[in-house]
Amino acid sequence: MSTSRIDDTVLAGDWWMKLIRKDEYLCITDLEGNQAADTLFYNARDFADRYSAADTIAAQQSLYLAEGSTLVSSGGNAMLKITGDTCGRHDTIGGACSRESNTMRYGLHTEPMHACRDIFLAGLHAWGEGLGKRDITCNINFFMNVPVTPEGELNFADGISGPGRFVELKAEMDVVCLISNCPQLNNPCNAYNPTPVRVQVGSTMNGVADV
Amino acid sequence: MSQEPIYEVNCPAGGMWSKVISRGKVLRITDVEGGLNLSALFYNADDRTERYNMPDTLKGQQIFFLTHPFCLHTDMGRIIASMVTDTCGWHETVCGTTTAEMIQEKYGEKTYQDARNDFYRNGQDGFMTELSKWGLGRRDVVPNVNFFSKVVAADEGELTYMPGNSVAGDYVELRFEMNTLVVLVSTQHPLDPGESYAPKPFSLSVFVPDPADADGDACRNSKPENQWAFTNTDDYNRLRFSTA
Repeated sequence: MSTSRIDDTVLAGDWWMKLIRKDEYLCITDLEGNQAADTLFYNARDFADRYSAADTIAAQQSLYLAEGSTLVSSGGNAMLKITGDTCGRHDTIGGACSRESNTMRYGLHTEPMHACRDIFLAGLHAWGEGLGKRDITCNINFFMNVPVTPEGELNFADGISGPGRFVELKAEMDVVCLISNCPQLNNPCNAYNPTPVRVQVGSTMNGVADV
Repeated sequence: MSQEPIYEVNCPAGGMWSKVISRGKVLRITDVEGGLNLSALFYNADDRTERYNMPDTLKGQQIFFLTHPFCLHTDMGRIIASMVTDTCGWHETVCGTTTAEMIQEKYGEKTYQDARNDFYRNGQDGFMTELSKWGLGRRDVVPNVNFFSKVVAADEGELTYMPGNSVAGDYVELRFEMNTLVVLVSTQHPLDPGESYAPKPFSLSVFVPDPADADGDACRNSKPENQWAFTNTDDYNRLRFSTA
C-alpha cells in the first residue's frame, strides 16, 4: 500500500488503536501465519455504537466473515466492508481470551498469563474518554477458524491462515479500530506461537499487502 | 421443580420483563402457545459490568446452542446460571434481537396511535427500556440468548432458522449461581422468515429449590470447563457473601 497513512507492526501481546476515516482502507496482514488479530470497532463519533457480532451475523445470515461481508454496528450502521481477503474465513463468535476465561478453559493455574481482554483494557484506558470494560464486546478474530457443525458443536481448529495472508476493509464511516494481537499460548488458534501482524491504513485499495 | 413457586407472572406477546433473582433460586420460563422467541440478557446484580458472555459460554462448552446440562458463563470466568431443565432442546445464541428497522422492514408499521397496546415492538428497544431502569445502557448490550429458537449452521457458516423448535408447554429452568439481573423481551427471532408480526406470550415462575433434590452436579460436572468456572464462582460468592 504505497499510499499508507499508517504502516505499523503490532507485536504479539500488544494493542493498536487508531482512527480510520470514512472511505479509507484498513489492511491487516498475518505476517508469519496462524495468528489471531482480535479486533473491535467503534463509531468514532459515538463509542456506544460499536461493531456488533450479533447484528452482523443476523444481517448476513452467516457466521463467518469474508470478502463482501459488511460489519454492522449495534445501532444498525454499516461500519466497514471487507474488500479483500486472502485468508477466506474470519471468526465472529470465539471472542477474546482473558485471564478469567483462561482459568475456565485451561485450568486455574493459567490466571497470570497475558490475555487479550487485558490488552483491550490497556488500549481503551490509553484512549481515554472513560472507556473501559463495558466497551469490550464480542470481537472479530481475523485469521481465526472456529467451525460450527450442523449438530451445534463448536471447535477451535488449526488456523487456515498463512504467512502474508491479509484482510482489507473499507471504512463506511469514521471508525476507531482496537486490535489485541493475541498472546494465547494454550490453544492452536495461533499455532502456540504468537507472532506480529502488520496494520496499514490508506486512501487507496491495492488488494495486496506488500510484505 | 416440585415446590410451589414464590412468584408467577404471565407476560403478553411482545412483552418485556426484568428483575433481580438471587443465587440459588430457579426461574422457569414457559412457552405458553408454542413458537416463542424470548431474547434474554443476564448481569451480575452486584457488579453489573459482569455479564453473560456468549463467546465464553460457547467456547467453554464447545457448543453453539444451549440446553441441559449446559451453563451460561459470564465474562469473568464464572457461571451465572445453570440450565437445570429443558424440554425444548435448543436455544439460540448468536443472532441477537430485532430492531425497529428490522420490524418495520419485515412487518410494516403499527403505532400506538393505530393499535393501542398491540403496536409493533422490537427486541432492541425492549432491552434498552428495561436496562435503563437498572442504570445500564447501550454499552451494556452484548449478544443475547434467544430462548426456544433454533438456528443451524452449514459448512460455510450459512445460517438456517428451524421453525417448530418449541411447542406449547415447553419450558426451560435456570438456576442462578450469583445474584442475577434478568432481562427478557418477547420478539420474533431475527431470522424468522414468517411474514406477519407475531411475537408470543410467555409465563415465568420462580422457585426456591429444596437443596436435598438439587440437580446441581449435572451442570457443574458436564464439562471440566464448567467445574473450573464453578470453582471461580464458589470463590466469588464465598468472599463476597456471609454465607457461601
